[in-house]
Amino acid sequence: MTTATTLRHRHLLGIRDLEPGEIDLILETALAMKEVGARPIKKVPTLRGRTVVNLFFEPSTRTRMSFELAEKRLSADTLGMTTAGSSVVKGETLGDTARTIEAMAPDMIVMRHASSGAPHQLARVCRASIINAGDGTHEHPTQALLDAFTIRERKGTLAGVRVAIIGDLIHSRVLRSNVWLLTKMGASVIACAPATLMPPGLRELGVAVTYDIDEAVKGADVIMMLRVQHERMHGLFLPSAREYFTYFGLTPARMERAAADAIVMHPGPMNRGVEIDSDVADGPWSVILDQVANGVAVRMAVLYLLAGGEGEG
Amino acid sequence: MSAMLLKSVHVIDPAAGRNGRFDVLIVDGKIGRIGRDLPVNDARVIELPSSFIVTPGLIDIHVHLREPGQEHKETIATGTASAVAGGFTAVACMPNTDPINDNASVTQFIVKRAAETGVARVYPIGAVSLGSKGERLTEIGDLRAAGCVAITDDGRPVGTALLMRRALEYASMFKMPVINHCEDPSLKGDGVAHEGAVAAMLGLKGIPGASESVMVERDVSMAELTGGHVHVAHMSARQSLRAVRAGKARGIRVTAEVTPHHFVLTDEALARHGGYDTNTKMNPPLREEADRAAMIEGLRDGSIDVIATDHAPHHADEKALEFDRAPFGIVGLETAVSLCFDRLVHPGIIALPRLVELLSTNPARVLGLPGGTLVEGEPADISILAPDASVTIHAAALRSKSKNTPFDGWTLKGGVAATIVGGRVVYANPELLTLNL
Repeated sequence: MTTATTLRHRHLLGIRDLEPGEIDLILETALAMKEVGARPIKKVPTLRGRTVVNLFFEPSTRTRMSFELAEKRLSADTLGMTTAGSSVVKGETLGDTARTIEAMAPDMIVMRHASSGAPHQLARVCRASIINAGDGTHEHPTQALLDAFTIRERKGTLAGVRVAIIGDLIHSRVLRSNVWLLTKMGASVIACAPATLMPPGLRELGVAVTYDIDEAVKGADVIMMLRVQHERMHGLFLPSAREYFTYFGLTPARMERAAADAIVMHPGPMNRGVEIDSDVADGPWSVILDQVANGVAVRMAVLYLLAGGEGEG
Repeated sequence: MSAMLLKSVHVIDPAAGRNGRFDVLIVDGKIGRIGRDLPVNDARVIELPSSFIVTPGLIDIHVHLREPGQEHKETIATGTASAVAGGFTAVACMPNTDPINDNASVTQFIVKRAAETGVARVYPIGAVSLGSKGERLTEIGDLRAAGCVAITDDGRPVGTALLMRRALEYASMFKMPVINHCEDPSLKGDGVAHEGAVAAMLGLKGIPGASESVMVERDVSMAELTGGHVHVAHMSARQSLRAVRAGKARGIRVTAEVTPHHFVLTDEALARHGGYDTNTKMNPPLREEADRAAMIEGLRDGSIDVIATDHAPHHADEKALEFDRAPFGIVGLETAVSLCFDRLVHPGIIALPRLVELLSTNPARVLGLPGGTLVEGEPADISILAPDASVTIHAAALRSKSKNTPFDGWTLKGGVAATIVGGRVVYANPELLTLNL
């Protein structure tokens, strides 16, 4: 693999579209961006005069704050639009929303939407670069990139690293982006979920599948825990939070099976005592707060590269 | 008296046992004679290119004409214009209009509007239950008397086994089949795509093939119990085909239709061209290759009776939504014949007489309609098809009011040259026919 010098695409819609060299380029660029965040004055003029619209059709705190901070550190002019639910709630089509935003001539649109594929549909009609900040249960590319950045920071590489991804996989956009990214970069991935929350087709993507968390954790270098929504806890997906924790909760005892220097990740927000024991979340394995910090650097890198990888400074 | 003589044309009419060159004389809107070397007398003589075929009028038994109530999507006028441009001389229209065709006055309205504005024959299909809510039977006798040819709650399944039982028992008295949109609502949930690797990759909620087959199996059992005739609408899953085959083998009155899009496309289409094209969203969903291959095999071996389009027009604004919010369905009347020639006949899967069976003979038999064969003294409903013509589909040029097709830009081998309803040429393809019909 050779590091690319530019991104081939105008948009960042998903990890699936990226070449390994492009992933490497983003991660390398993020390293430089992280240095900016360590300065006393955490701002560079790179995106001065560029407009970025943060278009959030679904509530988000951490992703939105992370993008805003990244944009501000690059000196972009930012504009936020948050609407709960779809454009259709207001009787507007997605196309209308796109044209309205386009009329304001932004350079980039950061988009979060509850419907899978909504950024892809928008990308077909928009001149602006679109960054997918999470679409439905499809992809969340910047999350996977910041996860990869964090793994590389700790393990030095992604190739050959054994990663266990555990939790509500079927409803997870984080899972899908991470599977694409990790398999492209040569990590070995084992997926673990209750059978009711396991998506079909993972094996075809080169992912090992198990319903046994102890098997998933065994020898893992990285354990990525995914959130289980409360509404899935009672009813036809899972009988109870209690039983979920019994069979799929990550506890210090289970961590003993992992590699000695294993790290534990979580994209947040965590359900303590449901998918993860607080002793693990706050324990020596946890890099959860590193993920948050790295998120800003990775998003700065993506914004910078999609803007053409140039600009002032 | 007006007379037209189709001179030495290739007639394919399986029900009449015809597959060869004949003269077809049309007199006063009816078939006058079919024979060899008929006297011309004062008839207008029409000669056709030797590759063209002349068939009994094609009949599409699964069409949404949207009138009354959703005229922004389609009307009886535009829907029948679309039908004849697609080679169909007759359509059966689904009851999920607004209001629903669950009583004789709605049926009468459709019949009246069809007489006033339609260019193809229109056979209404009534609802099984009031409001298609699955609770109380409609006045099925009244619906029959007003012109309905079958009953269905299409768009929704016939919800319970008991309702299906009663509907089959009651409709049998009126010699009508019960058509079912087979889909277990609890298994479908809020799914929007076939449950499989593609939906998993795209993050779309899945609808398993078993959501269809579990109800097909139920309906086969209900047809066995009652002796009634159940017709499976737009069959898509290989498991359903197994159930239909098993039912037929036991002599149960079950028939089935498949749409062109289910034997041409798979769920891979959802991922193409950047993905999430809402013109690849329909219900039942485009399924995986094993299902598509099964439908092809069912068409070949005779276990599928009918090709029907499930023509489901939606306005462009309605389709311009997020994938999971856009309505299900595509238009199909004007693309069906070309897809059938290109994907079934030319690859050698079925021969021309079998194609006519699937598009004319059997649709008429399944719903007990007139036509499906050319009979002297009966109305001259005739389709003239051009198996070797190269046809490019242009969504914008469709006669349907809606343009929601996934086949825009496709070039296919085989098309429609002309459509004759009651002896009148209601459609002539200017690119294929230079003569003035």
